[in-house]
Amino acid sequence: MPEASRTLLTKAQMAESIAALAKSIQEAHVGAKEIALVGIFTRGVPLAKRLAAALVQSGVKVHFGTIDITHYRDDLSTFQMVPKLEGSEIDFDLNGMDVILCDEVIYTGRSVRAALDELYNFGRPKRVQLAVLIDRCGRELPVQPDFSALKVTLQPGERVAVRFEEVDPTGDSCTIETQPTSR
Amino acid sequence: MTLKPRKDLLDIASLSDDEIKFVLGNAVQFKDLFKRSVKKVPPLRGQTVLTLFYEPSTRTRSSFEVAASRLSADVTHFDIESSSVVKGESVLDTVETLEAMRVDYIVVRHKQAGIPSLIAKNTRASVINAGDGWHAHPTQALLDAFTLQEIYKDLRGCRALIVGDIQHSRVARSTSLIFRRLGMQVAYLAPGSMMPREVPGEIPQFGNWRDALDWKPDVIYLLRVQSERLDEPFFPNAAEYHKHYGLTNERVEIIRERGLHVMHPGPVNRGVEITDAGMAYEKSLINTQVENGIAVRMSVLYWLRPGQV
Repeated sequence: MPEASRTLLTKAQMAESIAALAKSIQEAHVGAKEIALVGIFTRGVPLAKRLAAALVQSGVKVHFGTIDITHYRDDLSTFQMVPKLEGSEIDFDLNGMDVILCDEVIYTGRSVRAALDELYNFGRPKRVQLAVLIDRCGRELPVQPDFSALKVTLQPGERVAVRFEEVDPTGDSCTIETQPTSR
Repeated sequence: MTLKPRKDLLDIASLSDDEIKFVLGNAVQFKDLFKRSVKKVPPLRGQTVLTLFYEPSTRTRSSFEVAASRLSADVTHFDIESSSVVKGESVLDTVETLEAMRVDYIVVRHKQAGIPSLIAKNTRASVINAGDGWHAHPTQALLDAFTLQEIYKDLRGCRALIVGDIQHSRVARSTSLIFRRLGMQVAYLAPGSMMPREVPGEIPQFGNWRDALDWKPDVIYLLRVQSERLDEPFFPNAAEYHKHYGLTNERVEIIRERGLHVMHPGPVNRGVEITDAGMAYEKSLINTQVENGIAVRMSVLYWLRPGQV
């Protein structure tokens, strides 16, 4: 049985949400000279890129980086498949930097925990904040986003699927998908 | 992209193109870690990697040990000399002992072909063949391919001349195979007594450097001459081998003029396969091969998954 899917945000609403997210980050960092946006693979990366593009407009110097959390996942050994590594890339000096980690969805908080472990391999930032497009309730760790565009509560078996044209052939979309119940 | 894990790595022949691509692709990311101040990542935390070398090898063994350590595995060596193997304990008895110790990965080298495969069938641990007889040395082949991919990106059409004791070399077997799998052309240069009896038709065979260089290789891959072979009848002695098949100073100059790369699996016999000038040659990839060996072995360990108990 294929997954059932319903729209959470239209393409236009998704663009507005990202713009609003960029605005709230900008307002929280008024007067900052530089800021670093770090995307978590896979879809935190296009989100971070779009936020970076918006923030550059405001005149602040924006550094951009990526984080691959594969090595730090707490469930790696339970995977049926081995993930291909993307590799983290932080080619600026992280020490003393104001960093905003970006991911498309936060749910349990485990990815963010893993991302913090990997981030600290590159240095000691001054502060780390978290920006997500969708905040899905159901945290299993004490990790909360500083910036989020939309908060949702879903049923078990449902998931938020955010897609970006940079990495998804289907283009931008934000839907709730219901996985068929397995018995 | 994701890929199904395998339990063992025994040879190149049994790998699919996707699997080769996956291991080489991830190795790029593992090599990137070496630039960081913290070179260690945790995917094998709590796992035990054991090296079981029935043949002495300092380089391959330490390369695996460094690779496993950088993945946060616990690394231990089963010391053959001091173990009961010298008292006649069979390989399978040893495996049973290791099974009881619950090691997760066993890296094996043995002078007899097929031993790693035999061990793999009798343990839940992942088994990596680190060289068995004349059969295979798959991680050497993977690191050789990785080293050339760093330079040429796409290996299709690239030409490698493998020089030396091809008949008795597991390195030649595995490396020649992976090169051809990746679209390279391979030729052999060897004295008659070191040329395999059966060579695939697409591999040109040469008996002297002049003809071999006329074939216009991009890479010269020198094999290690096993010193014990040099005393056997029908084999040339060291000086003779060097004169006819070694990378002499004159040949280094020809290679330099043509901009060819030089590879060697190590350890080298200076004055036999290669001279000091050859070792100092700026396009020698020998040290790069050593560094890449760690990244590729990390990538292999990351991909393999021990079987269920």
